[in-house]
Amino acid sequence: MGIVTWPAWLETLLPMVVKITIILALAPVGMMYLTWFERKVVARIQDRFGPNRVGPYGLLQPLADGIKMVTKEDLIPDGADRLCHFLAPILIVVPALYLFTVLPFGEGIVAVPLVTGLLFFVAIGSTEALALFMAAWGSRNKFALLGALRNAAQVIAYEVPVVLALAAVPMIAGSLNLNEIVRAQSGGWFVATPWGFTAALLVTLGGLAEVNRTPFDLAEAESELVGGFHTEYSGMKFALFYMAEFLSTLALGALVAVLFLGGWLGPKFLPGPVWMGLKTMALVFVMVWIRGTWPRFRIDQLMGLAWKVMVPLALANLLGAALWSFCPGAAGWLASAALSVAVFLVTTQLWLAPKPKTPTHWAGKY
Amino acid sequence: MTDSLNHLFLGIFFVAALVVPALPIVLARFIAPKRPGPVKNEVYECGVEAKGDSWIQFRIQYVTFAILFVIFDVEALFLFPWAVVFKGAGWAGLAAMGLFIGILTVGLIYAWQEGLLEWES
Repeated sequence: MGIVTWPAWLETLLPMVVKITIILALAPVGMMYLTWFERKVVARIQDRFGPNRVGPYGLLQPLADGIKMVTKEDLIPDGADRLCHFLAPILIVVPALYLFTVLPFGEGIVAVPLVTGLLFFVAIGSTEALALFMAAWGSRNKFALLGALRNAAQVIAYEVPVVLALAAVPMIAGSLNLNEIVRAQSGGWFVATPWGFTAALLVTLGGLAEVNRTPFDLAEAESELVGGFHTEYSGMKFALFYMAEFLSTLALGALVAVLFLGGWLGPKFLPGPVWMGLKTMALVFVMVWIRGTWPRFRIDQLMGLAWKVMVPLALANLLGAALWSFCPGAAGWLASAALSVAVFLVTTQLWLAPKPKTPTHWAGKY
Repeated sequence: MTDSLNHLFLGIFFVAALVVPALPIVLARFIAPKRPGPVKNEVYECGVEAKGDSWIQFRIQYVTFAILFVIFDVEALFLFPWAVVFKGAGWAGLAAMGLFIGILTVGLIYAWQEGLLEWES
């Protein structure tokens, strides 16, 4: 810097401040345009136009929504635990923002190159359930509490297959650092392998359940629970729950792109971050597509899918990844694929098998 | 960046990230109208008067699923360090982890057999 000599602490602090500012400025903007994108796509699926009045193609709609939310009255029910009620929307957004700190958007373009990046992502992602439960408990509303309990059961059920499926990636890549995982895919994307394909499916579906999106949004099933966990929220606090949901959706799309679709790798005519963005958008589009076409699950179907199909499949997938790694060539490929298909067929048959007419009532037994 | 700097970054990020949700809430406090009323501040139960408290003991079935979750989440904790060194550990490493996961799988099958995985409505 020639004339001015920077103090050492400033030299380390300044890049941090710049990175934090970039993440905190871009993530909310990305989230706002994700709401626009989702409304447009769902509208097309339902043969409507979607937002098209505010600005060209309705592009200013998210801004108008924001202004409306800020000017709405903030209601707090009389019996509520005011501290819980106030903290919950804040504590749900913060972890959602944290998710973007470890995601690599290009060769070396990552805020924090954590050695344990993948583990950090999973750990931070699952704390959102806690804030969600705080919201419901703080509201002292029966619908909210029902929604949050469902969400807790759902998140812990889907956490298991997601984590087990994710463990197959460091087995092959040999690292938990997300940048290293992308580099390990320079020979071929993980989704093109049988274990990678299974893991990608499990992580995407389980991730949808963890961020509470249709068809797994039982925590806010508006047809039965009014608004679910956010029944007693209005105005800006209500909007913050949606902000967290959309931020997590975006982060989930980015994570799947990094782990299975080669992240920022791609033909050289486009720079890495563009490839990363395109892959993320493609995955987010699939998630919106799923929302637009699938009906909501029932709670017993939801729990059954997680524990009886996805967990066995994820366990078998670990063995599949090991076989694929130890027996290179067609043998490993076939063994890994056959294992996944066989386990899927057996577990779905068992899951859908007719139940005995008088089930053993375990609650009385123990 | 070294590891301690990474952790410092994540610490600073927490404070900075608090601003994102806090700012609109504070802004709304100045802009939004505030006209509370006894009826308006009641807990919403589709328009009828709320009966009973919602802070009650709830069905125990959630707990059994939570216990199942704890077992598998602790397994995941052991699984990740193993997965990173998996290629160097060879068949012996695979057999060791296979035994560990196998025991848990037997537990899962037992829970399924006992009907613990059925959601009773």
